[in-house]
Amino acid sequence: MGNTNPFSKLLKNAALLLYALFALFPLFWMILISFKHDREMFNTVFLFHPTLENYKVLFSSNEYIGYFLNNVYVSVGAVLVSIVVGVPAAYALARFDFKGKENLAFTFLSFRFAPELLVILPLFLIYQKIGLYDTYFGLIWVYQLISLPFIIWILRGYFEDISPEVEHAGRVDGYSWWRVFLKIIMPLIKPGLVAAALLSFIFVWNNFTFALLLAGQGVITTTVASLKYISSDTVHYGQMAAAVTISALPEVILALLIQKHLVRGLSMGAVKG
Amino acid sequence: MSSIGKSGETVQIADLAKDRMDTYRVPPIPFMRKARPYLILAPALLLTIGILIPFFISIYYSFTNYSFKYKDYSFVGLENWTLMLKDPSFWHSVWVTGQYAIFSTGAEMLLGIGVALLLNQETRLAKALRMVLIFPLMIAPVIATLIWQLMTNNSVGVIAHFLRSVGIDNFVWGADPKTAMFSVVLIDVWVYTPFVIVLVLAGLRSLPKAPFESAMVDGGSAWFTFKTLTLPMIKPLLVIALLFRTMISLQEFSIIFALTRGGPGDTLMSLSLTAYNEAFTYKELGTALPYMLILWIFVYIVSHYMIRYWSRAQKNASGS
Repeated sequence: MGNTNPFSKLLKNAALLLYALFALFPLFWMILISFKHDREMFNTVFLFHPTLENYKVLFSSNEYIGYFLNNVYVSVGAVLVSIVVGVPAAYALARFDFKGKENLAFTFLSFRFAPELLVILPLFLIYQKIGLYDTYFGLIWVYQLISLPFIIWILRGYFEDISPEVEHAGRVDGYSWWRVFLKIIMPLIKPGLVAAALLSFIFVWNNFTFALLLAGQGVITTTVASLKYISSDTVHYGQMAAAVTISALPEVILALLIQKHLVRGLSMGAVKG
Repeated sequence: MSSIGKSGETVQIADLAKDRMDTYRVPPIPFMRKARPYLILAPALLLTIGILIPFFISIYYSFTNYSFKYKDYSFVGLENWTLMLKDPSFWHSVWVTGQYAIFSTGAEMLLGIGVALLLNQETRLAKALRMVLIFPLMIAPVIATLIWQLMTNNSVGVIAHFLRSVGIDNFVWGADPKTAMFSVVLIDVWVYTPFVIVLVLAGLRSLPKAPFESAMVDGGSAWFTFKTLTLPMIKPLLVIALLFRTMISLQEFSIIFALTRGGPGDTLMSLSLTAYNEAFTYKELGTALPYMLILWIFVYIVSHYMIRYWSRAQKNASGS
């Protein structure tokens, strides 16, 4: 740690740079070729005339915009539903002592680990019977498996951090329980709520399997659409890169916004970073 | 248990009060008070019960010959289960699933700990990289697969171009059974190593300074300090990272599906891929379900023990 040997320092920096190259170069290259015209795709590597052509083509067809909006609808919908039912649940798990509390909390967490296909196989059947197959609501519902554990487990920790004294003080001052919750507690957990919401948004946005198998032609998301590019033979590589860049961009921006809460969020509140 | 203790206390206090003034009575705990936590939890419970019901249905269907091809189905008892256990392709898929989980989780843990240690220096490079290195984690695994596929594409890929320039032009990644596992694990490692980095780095940065300073004064080697001080102190975090990575890599579907669909041949037919094939290619739901149920049972047991182990490790780390 306190090693000041210049050679070992150089070695450490070199190792770090090597990993950074591995982690970041694919993204850099993807953005790079998204500005490359199909004409130049095959005979240039790094030096070419940048063009916005790929993005223009992508946005001139309603197809891609549709996929993108589908992703927005189901992701925002899923996170909103999770907040509405998850915030009270997290509060109850943090504040009250009741029978089966830990088992319940563990059940919510175990959803995160349930094999996706185990959920999908029976749901595929049920969704077709009750008409939820290939609908926004069907996807929003099944995405609760991803977003709800995040909201509940992260916020439970934030609620536990607030001393019950704060609530008691509010009640003594004559506020109703609801007003205390809305006016005192909610503002205190707001940073945690924002982080949990954004993080679960990212993971819902990125989901592929649920969208692939529980939605058909009606609700195609960008992740599912990307598979079309992989399997088709006459590929417009530039457009493909542009599509990838656009679907990856929101997440990277969101991640930057919540970097302070990332550790706590990624570990579902287990680690108070 | 705790509620009994509490009400017992109340009675005692009430007895004391009774001695002073006879009129005092213990108010019963109102029903609404007891039910409140359950009422608050109800919406979340209802929503998830909606997802749990299919789970129980899938246990039921695993004992039937349900097929998407026919309307009727009948009860076949344990047939799907015994057939699966006798089928060599089941054991192959267990092997593939295990290999994938062990290789990817192992590589991610080692690489993640290493990079986190490097990032925990106060150099300009380390500070600059701390945030940007998590970007791959934010990319959808299926999109990451697409990116790597583009990079290794023979006609436009930059990696293919580089390999050709150093004289390797027959490296076909996912298309060769020999390199298929390497290719999918590489993508998994690219996406998920930042997860381990973020957790371990947080652990390293929250370590107290004093023990390390005294270790330095005592002249302990860097490796000795790491082994006897750093490692035990960040153990809870390592267990968490290991738990998440193991559980999720055991059921990884999208990377393998996007890159090779389980191929070439049956090289990458993991439990998830096999279940997908049974259900959506052969339309046999009854035979597909045991594959997923067995994976879920395994995941549930392992995660249960790991969470227990983690809470003990956390107590040890904070206690000493």
